[in-house]
Amino acid sequence: MKKSLILGFLAAAGLTAGMASAATLDDVKARGNLNCGVSTGAPGFATVDDSGKNVGFDVDYCRALAAGIFGDPMAVKFVPLTSAVRFTALAAGEVDILARNTTWTYSRDTDLKQTFLGVNYYDGQGFMVKKDLGVSSTLELDGATVCIQVGTTTELNLADYFKENGMSYEPVPTADNAESQQQYLAGACDTYTTDASALHGTRVNLENPDAHLVLPEIISKEPLGPLVRHGDDNWADIGRWVLNALVIAEEKGITQANIDSWGNSKDAEVHRLLGTGDDDMMAMVGMPKNALYNAIKAGGNYGEIFENNLGATGGINIERGVNASWTKGGILYSPPFR
Amino acid sequence: MTKIAYVREKGIPPSPPPLTEVGIIRWVRQNLFSSWFNGILTLFSLYFIILILADFIPWAWGGHWQTKSLRECLDLDPNVACFSVLTARWKQLLFGLYPAEEYWRPTLTFILLLLSIVPILVPKYLKFFWFSAIYPGLAIWLLWGGSFWSVAIVYIGLIFGFATYVILSSKFLKTTSMALSASIVLTVLFYLFFSSLLVRFLSFLLPINLPFVDSLQLGGFTLSIVVGVSGIVASFPIGILLALGRQSNLPVIKMICVGFIEFIRGVPLITLLFVASVLLNYFLPPGTNFDIVLRVVIMVTLFSAAYMAEVIRGGLAGLPLGQHEASASLGLTYWQSQRLVIMPQALKISIPGIVNTFIGLFKDTTLVSIISLRDPVGLASTIRADSKWNGIYWELYIAIGLMFFVFCFGMSQYSQYLERKLKTDN
Repeated sequence: MKKSLILGFLAAAGLTAGMASAATLDDVKARGNLNCGVSTGAPGFATVDDSGKNVGFDVDYCRALAAGIFGDPMAVKFVPLTSAVRFTALAAGEVDILARNTTWTYSRDTDLKQTFLGVNYYDGQGFMVKKDLGVSSTLELDGATVCIQVGTTTELNLADYFKENGMSYEPVPTADNAESQQQYLAGACDTYTTDASALHGTRVNLENPDAHLVLPEIISKEPLGPLVRHGDDNWADIGRWVLNALVIAEEKGITQANIDSWGNSKDAEVHRLLGTGDDDMMAMVGMPKNALYNAIKAGGNYGEIFENNLGATGGINIERGVNASWTKGGILYSPPFR
Repeated sequence: MTKIAYVREKGIPPSPPPLTEVGIIRWVRQNLFSSWFNGILTLFSLYFIILILADFIPWAWGGHWQTKSLRECLDLDPNVACFSVLTARWKQLLFGLYPAEEYWRPTLTFILLLLSIVPILVPKYLKFFWFSAIYPGLAIWLLWGGSFWSVAIVYIGLIFGFATYVILSSKFLKTTSMALSASIVLTVLFYLFFSSLLVRFLSFLLPINLPFVDSLQLGGFTLSIVVGVSGIVASFPIGILLALGRQSNLPVIKMICVGFIEFIRGVPLITLLFVASVLLNYFLPPGTNFDIVLRVVIMVTLFSAAYMAEVIRGGLAGLPLGQHEASASLGLTYWQSQRLVIMPQALKISIPGIVNTFIGLFKDTTLVSIISLRDPVGLASTIRADSKWNGIYWELYIAIGLMFFVFCFGMSQYSQYLERKLKTDN
């Protein structure tokens, strides 16, 4: 009797939580702003600048989405979320979308009942070494001491990788990236390993960045992307196609600066994308006709957002690498917009 | 007459004490080199202090304050501190992401806080207690903004309730308890049906509004103080009630109090904060916007109330049973004897423990960074995520640590002052 009562209560709670996500777009429009979950602080991806403004790669994606919905990139409330509370905050409806450098994995997609909208950054585990170690490839690291954060997937990846390649290593366990960095600089380990984007972010502010090297090998797949709750496919479509539109815009060469000069273009896909033709494509998902025009206009195309936050302008100097468009040797590829 | 050759008429003037028994030398001999073992310890300690200071002082003294990024600091001189991060971010460390043009509001709130505790602390100013009573509402309105009347209505309701009680008990209803229950019912009805109408009417008549500030924009030490002070203020009365309840003769009250105290003490604070941050939203109807800071304050209050109850119970246990019996024999009721005899003595004994709990609570507020709130510690990692300041550790943490030290040291000094002041034994 008692048990069934508790179960019933839980079921009711689950039901109401499910109802909250029924028509996210309507909720967002009624509220007048998008609630976007971002990291409390991830270099290049999300932070707050000296003037208190939210900036970052994930932040710019949310601004593009808000611009698509409202025509106003500032209509976003950024909810900072630590990795401990991010998924529950999304599931409980505290945020409409989570753009928080989150790795797309099978169990997060299925067991946690979330829908990943695509990949906005292909990250992966890398290694940083001092240049005077004379190492130019991860495969030369046999017998090295490695600073590694305990209890993370990077620790498991490291063990697998060295085992596969018949190499040995000596782990120097650390609690977080900050400690890894300190240990590495103090000479406690030959190399330290974490996500390559974090390594690049760390390297630029070392005392002498040129004395350090991020090795070219990436030993794990960490595809980062925005995600939403299960149960609202229309909302997922909107988020997915805003992301795709940014990628397509880069392919086509549509930038924040030149976006207004595409009115006479002979490319039919551009007109469909920007809403400058006869077709109102965005009506299919209940968005304004020029939604994607506004989204691209907000912070530029994918390449511009990348450059402003993760590239040289953003002060982190990450190479495009695999995150380049497929037309330029990367693996960034959007389905056609038709 | 024999002539006495010499009679001393004045005492010898006291000669100055030997050089080794005065001033600094005496102090050093007594305190630092009283035995050979202590002497060695002193030398060792001095060595280590000098070792640390020799590194720290040049590092801190020559620190950069005006550069635009860590990169610039490193290019100028990598071996000294880069305090520029504090120059660029001190406002955020104090106010979080509070809108810059509204900084006067948290500042004023803090100054009023200092004023509002004066009547509680200094008996001479007890007549200004009304200000301490209205302060919580005033602080909420100043920090979060919105219409003045939507906060004031809470007080208006209380005044309304009190007025109905006075009128009913003097004119119409004979017994106090009947008048009390009737006025409570009327007050609840007032809040439920009449308050929103009255707020609208008053706002129309005399609109006093401040721009609304979202809870997510609260941060830095403003957030620490908001959470810490509200927790401290609210947990104290709850703690007293729990301590009394635990000693109650009524089994139900006793069981509830014991159960609550033991449950809360058995659970880490961070668990309660996680419940506040992620679990509560599952159980609330969709669309309810239960403010995150309010949720955290409630959890922190419950947590410290349990500890407070045990500290006060220690004070109660320290009183001889005779005090209870004596007050009963004077014909005092339970509440009278608690108020006039028991509590003043019990609380006095508990002061060190109470302040200990307060200081602990204030420092525990840094845990909210784990549930994503931007307290100073949470802000430190946000600041480091800016590529301009990525890699700064010591400067930020030293500054935050110093601020916390100032607050906690102030509280502990105050408690010692209070103990001296309330000292009644000979």
